[in-house]
Amino acid sequence: MSVLKITDLHVSVEETPILKGVNLEISQGEIHALMGPNGSGKSTLAYALAGHPKYTITGGSVEIDGTELNELDANERSRLGMFLAFQYPVTIPGVRVADFLRHAVTNVRSPDRKEGEGLMPMREFRKELRDQMEELDMETEFARRYLNEGFSGGEKKRMEILQLAMLRPKFAILDETDSGLDSDAVKVVSEGVNRLCGPGMGVLIITHHERLLEFNKPQFTHVMLAGRIVETGDAQLAHELHANGYTSVRERHPEVAAEETQEEAAAVV
Amino acid sequence: MSELTATTTSIPTGFTSEVFEAFLQTRDEPDWVTDRRRDAFSLFQKLEAEELDPEEWKRVPLRAFRSGKFQLQSEVATPTGLSTLMQDRAEFAGAVIHLDGHCLRQSISDSLQEKGVIFGGLSTVLREHGDVIKPHLATRGVTAETDRFSAWHAAFWTGGTVLYVPRGVTIDEPLYSLISLARDGAADFSHTLVILEDDAEATLLEETSSESETAAGLHVGAVELLLGREARLRYVQLQNWNSKTWHFAHQCGRVESSGSLQWTVGGLGSRLAHIHQDVHLDGRGAEAQVNGVTFATGKQTLSYYTQQTHNAPDTRSDLLYKDVLRDNSRVIWRGMIKVEAAAQQTDGYQRNDSLMLSPTARCDAIPGLEIEADDVRCTHGATAGRVDVDQVFYAMCRGLTEYEAMHMIVQGFFQTVTDRIPVKLVRETLDKAVERKLGIGN
Repeated sequence: MSVLKITDLHVSVEETPILKGVNLEISQGEIHALMGPNGSGKSTLAYALAGHPKYTITGGSVEIDGTELNELDANERSRLGMFLAFQYPVTIPGVRVADFLRHAVTNVRSPDRKEGEGLMPMREFRKELRDQMEELDMETEFARRYLNEGFSGGEKKRMEILQLAMLRPKFAILDETDSGLDSDAVKVVSEGVNRLCGPGMGVLIITHHERLLEFNKPQFTHVMLAGRIVETGDAQLAHELHANGYTSVRERHPEVAAEETQEEAAAVV
Repeated sequence: MSELTATTTSIPTGFTSEVFEAFLQTRDEPDWVTDRRRDAFSLFQKLEAEELDPEEWKRVPLRAFRSGKFQLQSEVATPTGLSTLMQDRAEFAGAVIHLDGHCLRQSISDSLQEKGVIFGGLSTVLREHGDVIKPHLATRGVTAETDRFSAWHAAFWTGGTVLYVPRGVTIDEPLYSLISLARDGAADFSHTLVILEDDAEATLLEETSSESETAAGLHVGAVELLLGREARLRYVQLQNWNSKTWHFAHQCGRVESSGSLQWTVGGLGSRLAHIHQDVHLDGRGAEAQVNGVTFATGKQTLSYYTQQTHNAPDTRSDLLYKDVLRDNSRVIWRGMIKVEAAAQQTDGYQRNDSLMLSPTARCDAIPGLEIEADDVRCTHGATAGRVDVDQVFYAMCRGLTEYEAMHMIVQGFFQTVTDRIPVKLVRETLDKAVERKLGIGN
């Protein structure tokens, strides 16, 4: 069983420290929820785990089964089993969904593939893609469209889940995959995630809402405040936060809350 | 090479009167051709002393250009193995290969010959079918008078590929033309002439290529595409010189009633290229689609001056250029749609999109309209953008390497124009060229 281990992680964006010592361990098969107010560092953690070049790891480590990811680029991390479902998926004009995914799937499943080497056989790939699209209730016509170009918000998120389904990572980070969707779309996405969760995948669900968590009940809920995980509980904690907000969390961690206030003040200046 | 120059009446370097006379000595041509050359040379001398039209040339950096360093070759060079993109890729119905201004070989299938199709090097065709091409050669497409470069070309043209398709003849397989340069300092003044009589149809794929990466070269060329009524031509020119070659060309397509021209330009090579590309829609219902794919890297400058001229009613022109720029390269596109007073009910479109891969590259896109008629639809536009890090990051998060990601993004950018090209070989060739430029293939 694989383990994603985050130890005392410090991350800066353009010299500004955002994460200040995050500790988190996720095993395959587990569902973790990460909650916290805006600006607490949730998306920063997601980007830093995936390897965005703008997010600099200044201390601590990220490991999968003892292999340190700190110095690896996003492509190498994805081949080790890391996946990020984007909050705002990117459009790549002129690149067809099927072509993009065929490259992606081939690389992730044959991590040692060199550029220019053969891709996954077309027939096999097409069949698998068609099957997965059917499960997600997507028109087959989607495969020929240009990646995310002219997609609605719901279509983009569904596209992320389709990629998740095709790439079958060891660890998936869902960065507000439920935001901006109507309840029908949330249902489709949630069911999709639910179908994919299992012993082979560890999931970190970043969310403001509770809806995604109703379908995908977390064993662990973490609360982030001012760049640290200040509390960890079970699904009940997520429910409480959703119902009551973060006031009580701030009361329980006055020093971190004070830091949060200072940062806000600094940001305004 | 020294042996060659010692044993032949070689033409001196440069383009002076002495050089012109020495050049004429090497040509065995009818008087009317020589007379035209002499007229053009006088004009060239006059125009060379005058300033170039600033509207067309002010953005084109010509300071480092020294015409006196280049030499017309009196002897055929020995080919040492050209690396071309298309030559070995397919079965063609005919091929014409030029090296250093000389026609190395020409071929055409028997069946096409029986139908009266002429396909060969200009010097040979002039001797064998002079009466057929005389009315068309440099009379209504590219004429000497336009500017210094057209006069220069008209005085010194060295050869070029001629295709003549008689009335009603359809050629299904593509024909191939290669213009290549080998020796250091060699000049090529090739003249491509395509004549499609009424209701004829053909596809001509033309490529330019250098034998070596380091030999300096000069191309002062012309392309004339002359389409009769209801004729259909697909013409592709893939400019793929080495980065030491200067490329100047006047290119003109003329389309008669209900004729249809699809013209695809690939700009990959050269140190500096300036192409004056004109499309004239002369007959009612004529249409032209112009596709451009350019990829500039290093210190290259690629410059295009395009004109779509509507001379008749109910005509349609559609121009789409896509430029990718990297390093310190520069692309200049100046486009113009002209609609004459008689050309009512025309539809003109022009668009240029640029993708910048480096902050140090520069693109100038200047669309323009000149409309004399009052019942027309003309649209134009230009965009410039860059590959943003988030696109690359997104693709890398899905297991693509940085190169693969860039490759996909660049290919995707070209996709909207390659989608318009029906010849698979051309699409594949462009893909391959893009890979080479990106440094992925070899």
